[in-house]
Amino acid sequence: MTALTTPSEAPGAASAPADERLARTHPLVRLLRRPEMGALVAALAIFVYFSVATSAFLSPAGAATWLYSASLFGIMAVAVAMLMIGGEFDLSAGAMTGTTGLLVGAFTTQWGMNLWLAMLLALLIALSVGAFNGFLVVRTGIPSFIVTLGTFFILQGLNLAGTKLVTGQVAIQGMTLVPGFDAGKVIFGSTIPVAGVNLKVSVFWWLGITAVASWILLRTRYGNWIFAIGGQLQSAVQTGVPVKRTRIGLFMGTAAAGWLVGMLSLFDVATVQATTGIGQEFIYIICAVVGGCLLTGGYGSAIGAALGALIYGMILQGIVFAQWDNNWLKAFLGGMLLLAVLVNLSVRRQAGVRA
Amino acid sequence: MSAGVAAPILEVRGVGKVYGSVIALSGVSTSVGAGEVLCVLGDNGAGKSTLLKILAGVHPHSSGELLLDGRPEHFTGPRQALDAGIATVYQDLAIVALMPVWRNFFLGAELSAGFGPFSRLRVAEMRAITLEELGRMGIDLRDVDQPIGTLSGGERQSVAIARAIYFGARVVILDEPTSALGVKQAGVVLRYVAQARDHGLGVVFVTHNPHHAYPVGDRFLVLNRGASLGEFDKDGIKIDELTRLMAGGAELDSLARELERG
Ligand SMILES: Nc1ncnc2c1ncn2[C@@H]1O[C@H](COP(=O)(O)OP(=O)(O)OP(=O)(O)O)[C@@H](O)[C@H]1O
Ligand SMILES: [Mg+2]
Repeated sequence: MTALTTPSEAPGAASAPADERLARTHPLVRLLRRPEMGALVAALAIFVYFSVATSAFLSPAGAATWLYSASLFGIMAVAVAMLMIGGEFDLSAGAMTGTTGLLVGAFTTQWGMNLWLAMLLALLIALSVGAFNGFLVVRTGIPSFIVTLGTFFILQGLNLAGTKLVTGQVAIQGMTLVPGFDAGKVIFGSTIPVAGVNLKVSVFWWLGITAVASWILLRTRYGNWIFAIGGQLQSAVQTGVPVKRTRIGLFMGTAAAGWLVGMLSLFDVATVQATTGIGQEFIYIICAVVGGCLLTGGYGSAIGAALGALIYGMILQGIVFAQWDNNWLKAFLGGMLLLAVLVNLSVRRQAGVRA
Repeated sequence: MSAGVAAPILEVRGVGKVYGSVIALSGVSTSVGAGEVLCVLGDNGAGKSTLLKILAGVHPHSSGELLLDGRPEHFTGPRQALDAGIATVYQDLAIVALMPVWRNFFLGAELSAGFGPFSRLRVAEMRAITLEELGRMGIDLRDVDQPIGTLSGGERQSVAIARAIYFGARVVILDEPTSALGVKQAGVVLRYVAQARDHGLGVVFVTHNPHHAYPVGDRFLVLNRGASLGEFDKDGIKIDELTRLMAGGAELDSLARELERG
């Protein structure tokens, strides 16, 4: 009877600090179970390999190159990872990096709009497209894969046709002549020397965004909601999570990241190709998956996605330094993706999650 | 004896629910007041969960009306019901398998400190509360950081119940909370129901098991094929009558004969 009256005083309950049923997990094992661990190990291996195999890879100029590549992909991959943890995809994310740059270019060089106003306007347009994607998905239940495939083609078409219509060419040039360009370049296109390496400012944006995204995912209510929505939508609804708002917000997040990357490349080279970003949407997804995101949602990490992008950046430039045929990149990427998916699958099992 | 004395907190009048062409519930009236246990009984597919989801704000009713503290109310979602102090244990438990136990416990009602976009989760506090509340349910968990999907069915159910009891300030709704529980844990849940009632909470308790319902219930609503077979005070019905009613009376008698070795 005594054991039943107050369950918490039942013999053995809560009194012993260590539970005999709990196989002791070594802190190292716990660490290894983090979603981003696989990517970290792979990143280290690739880093070591190219450092040894090529002399350019570790040179200051070389390191700056692959870090720059990684940063642009990384910003997108982190935003896409958050969306994927929330259970959705955004195929329009790549084209968005082109659209925003082209918009600012057209507004300023063709119509003489104030640069900052043009950037703000481009951001608002990007956010509206993101909100539109999210709204459509939330409202109709159509898979985001399809909805954003639609917006992807629309943006791709508009980017090309619009650019030709406005400039008669397939690129926008002459940004350097726009008043305020130099000020913008400080924020989005400057170079900061760190330990002898001239790092592009985008690297710092990348690090900052990864940190903020990790904070949001792990230490705020929004993070909790994102994991819940992607993990089990119905449960999130039933526990009163503001599901619609959160999901739409995630789509706006990838759009905003697209804008940022659009600005970073615009101020770096001062021209925008009409084809910018097209075909990169899958690379963001691959980076996120390599970083531990489950394709089914509900699991993953921002740091992992950033590492996935680092891997991509290193391979992209490492292959050039090693003077291999560039086409190896694709094969390599596909292999990485498959490997990552297999590892992630076993993570899900390892987590011991029952059906 | 006390049944019906308390002013109802939640009341439905002639409430109905249509899913497309399926009439899941129609013309059901009932209520639950403070310090009262309403048991909802009925066969599979009788409409019990449907009624509860209306009370919990998960989906709006198609007909009839819902009253909260005597005022007509149209819940726009579970958040609104939760804010009104109505917490629910859903039949599917409303948990997210890959998330840690403590994150599940506080899902949608996370404790946070700080202001606006800078607010952060009070992680240590939430872990401690989860462990404590589960301990009170007789579940001593190895680790509140493990994914909830790794718990046994009964443990998961206990987490969901502990959560509803913790957050339900006025009404606690339980949809078959004892279905996966061991004898001891089922006993704990029944004791919780009684305790909640004694603390002045309204309890809506769905079960298939009249032996669980009868000892704690004040009133019994029996549903069959989406309609009410009647609502009974405890004085008005005996446990075997209740059992017969649930199973459709005569059928059970013939089943008993059939199963008897002859
Ligand atoms: N979302 C839905 N869409 C269509 N029909 C539904 C839906 N939810 C429930 N129904 C139908 O409504 C009826 C009542 O279902 P409900 O879940 O309320 O039954 P229940 O009494 O809770 O049964 P059980 O004891 O098995 O849990 C069933 O016939 C079911 O098929
Ligand atoms: Mg049910």
